[in-house]
Amino acid sequence: MSNNNESIGKTFGVVIGLCLVCAIIVATAAVQLRPKQVENKLVDAQKNILVATGLLTGDDVKTLFSKHVQERLVDLDTGEFVDQDPAKYDYRKAMKDVALSDALAAADDKASIKRRAKVAPVYFAYNDGIESGKLSAIVLPVHGYGLWSTMHAFLALDVDGTTIKGVNFYEHAETPGLGGEVQNPKWVAQFVGKKITDDAGNPAIKVLKPGNAAPDSVTDVDGLSGATLTSNGVQYTFEFWTGAKGFAPFLAKVRQGALNNG
Amino acid sequence: MANAKEMKALVFGPVFANNPIALQVLGICSALAVTTKLEKALVMGVALTLVTAFSSMFISMIRNHIPSSVRIIVQMTIIASLVIVVDQILKAYAYNVAKELSVFVGLIITNCIVMGRAEAYAMKSPPLMSFLDGIGNGLGYTVLLVIVAVIRELFGSGTLFGVEILPLISAGGWYQPMGLLLMPPSAFFIIGLLIWVLRTFRPEQQEKH
Repeated sequence: MSNNNESIGKTFGVVIGLCLVCAIIVATAAVQLRPKQVENKLVDAQKNILVATGLLTGDDVKTLFSKHVQERLVDLDTGEFVDQDPAKYDYRKAMKDVALSDALAAADDKASIKRRAKVAPVYFAYNDGIESGKLSAIVLPVHGYGLWSTMHAFLALDVDGTTIKGVNFYEHAETPGLGGEVQNPKWVAQFVGKKITDDAGNPAIKVLKPGNAAPDSVTDVDGLSGATLTSNGVQYTFEFWTGAKGFAPFLAKVRQGALNNG
Repeated sequence: MANAKEMKALVFGPVFANNPIALQVLGICSALAVTTKLEKALVMGVALTLVTAFSSMFISMIRNHIPSSVRIIVQMTIIASLVIVVDQILKAYAYNVAKELSVFVGLIITNCIVMGRAEAYAMKSPPLMSFLDGIGNGLGYTVLLVIVAVIRELFGSGTLFGVEILPLISAGGWYQPMGLLLMPPSAFFIIGLLIWVLRTFRPEQQEKH
């Protein structure tokens, strides 16, 4: 019996058979559960947007989102709205799609993201419901490289297009307990009330060494202790996305009052 | 066929008498990482129990056909497949917990308890007994994780299952939380103390020098 087991034919047979069975089980589970997982991801993304704007209450996320948040697409180069159904646009896919994104020159690529989609979604939050027409926040999706991973965040700005209303790093793989603290609500609370740009419209947020941010500064925040590279990544993310290659053209239009017309 | 008493010993033996964490000191890594919250610890415990039980059962079912030259790889393939399935199920039905557990569900693959039971028990025992052995060891792991998580969550954040038990000073209550308990090293101390308590009551577990 044992001799038979050790033959080359038997070894290959067992391994190949086992791999086939395991592959079928894993593939079936992945395919069967996919719709449910996609739905979870969508609800989670909506929840993260609501967290950034401070609108999240105990109510059902989907209901809250459809009541308070409107999604639109923006051409990043011109800052103009794009007439396209946002529900059918996959931003994550577009980031990597050669036809839908631009390669970034090394000098421009502050956030180390290599490619940037031509069109990005922005979210408009209405505290009193969309039909009230009273805009309360603009939420921008931003991402940049930290120490280990691309960190994804939603940045909620006040209607003036400069004051931060909330930040939510919802996806990253930084070191738990050190860089992973980027998602700590206490840490990101520092950003609230800061100005993303100076008077000339240049990116202004500075993530300093912990303890160096002056309490009255409108642009400086304390970095995370023990996570210098993650903190730098956060600063570069802000620099890139509030700069000319990021949302600057769109935000310039916001500041000129492009949103007043609806 | 084994009798009921033997089966009972397989399931409940590893809980206190032969606890995989406290006596064999296996699977410590995840015990440090996922015990900040009771819910996380419980889900992790259940996930590990299921993986250990079913992997032991499947390995035991084909144990007479596994060539010994590739037996570790065969065991790993079975364990890894089960872990992926569990991970997929968690992502579909317990998304928030799955997100918090992040890599640690995947790391069940490398958990010494699963490998250890497969190699030490399932390779020599019939499927049903292996299954029960897996349940027992998973149960031992879960019980220890839950004890550690109760201590850490209750005294570290003042909550259990996220429900407030001790009102925190920062929220207007009277309890000053122990921040250290939320850090991974605290689980080392707690597990160490638990092992001490366990060995005081069960002197046969003490190591002789």
